[in-house]
Amino acid sequence: MELFWEILISALLVIGGFFGLVGSFGLVKLPDPMTRLHAPTKAATLGVGAVLIASMIWFGVFKDDLTLHELMITIFLFLTAPISAHFIAKANIFKDWPSDKLPRPHGEGEWAVHQADADTSAEELEEAEEARKG
Amino acid sequence: MITYALIFAISCFSVALLFNLYRVVHAPGVTDRVLALDTMAINAIGLLVLFGIWEGTAIFFEASILYAMTGFVATVAYAKFLLRGDIIE
Repeated sequence: MELFWEILISALLVIGGFFGLVGSFGLVKLPDPMTRLHAPTKAATLGVGAVLIASMIWFGVFKDDLTLHELMITIFLFLTAPISAHFIAKANIFKDWPSDKLPRPHGEGEWAVHQADADTSAEELEEAEEARKG
Repeated sequence: MITYALIFAISCFSVALLFNLYRVVHAPGVTDRVLALDTMAINAIGLLVLFGIWEGTAIFFEASILYAMTGFVATVAYAKFLLRGDIIE
């Protein structure tokens, strides 16, 4: 039975290390910023997820100390990875894609990334100007 | 067998950290730099957990969860700064 757990833990560790490496290699290799965003956010969470599950099983089997607190990190990473990826993508659109290079959004208005400036009313701009002066 | 798998995984994550460091130094755009720093934090979590298995102690768990939290907040703060020129408006 111990052999089975050893094989399982080793397989998870190898999978985790491989995917962590592939994620970071994609960061260096892929051609443009949006595809570079794809590699680490997917592969690194899968890699770290496999390593965390391996750690959980290892402490449960060989230390007789089964705690599920590694799952906390896994769930935290799974929840936060899409949010940070979304923010980086937004920053990238804001930096590299002016609104005349983008296709028009459905309906009236502007893409939300470029909307931020258009939404600021004249009064707010004046207030900001005064705050900066005085 | 676990020892060999551990050594393999630790070397994989170390090489991944070097790739990220290269991307931080030679980045084509500033968003790539933020992305590389975010990936660095994630790989550091992986290394800390692996080192915890290597040493047989659960004491590195707290360090890795701190890394997870501060890494996420730092990435969002960087992206917010790029978007608005300000973090807390």
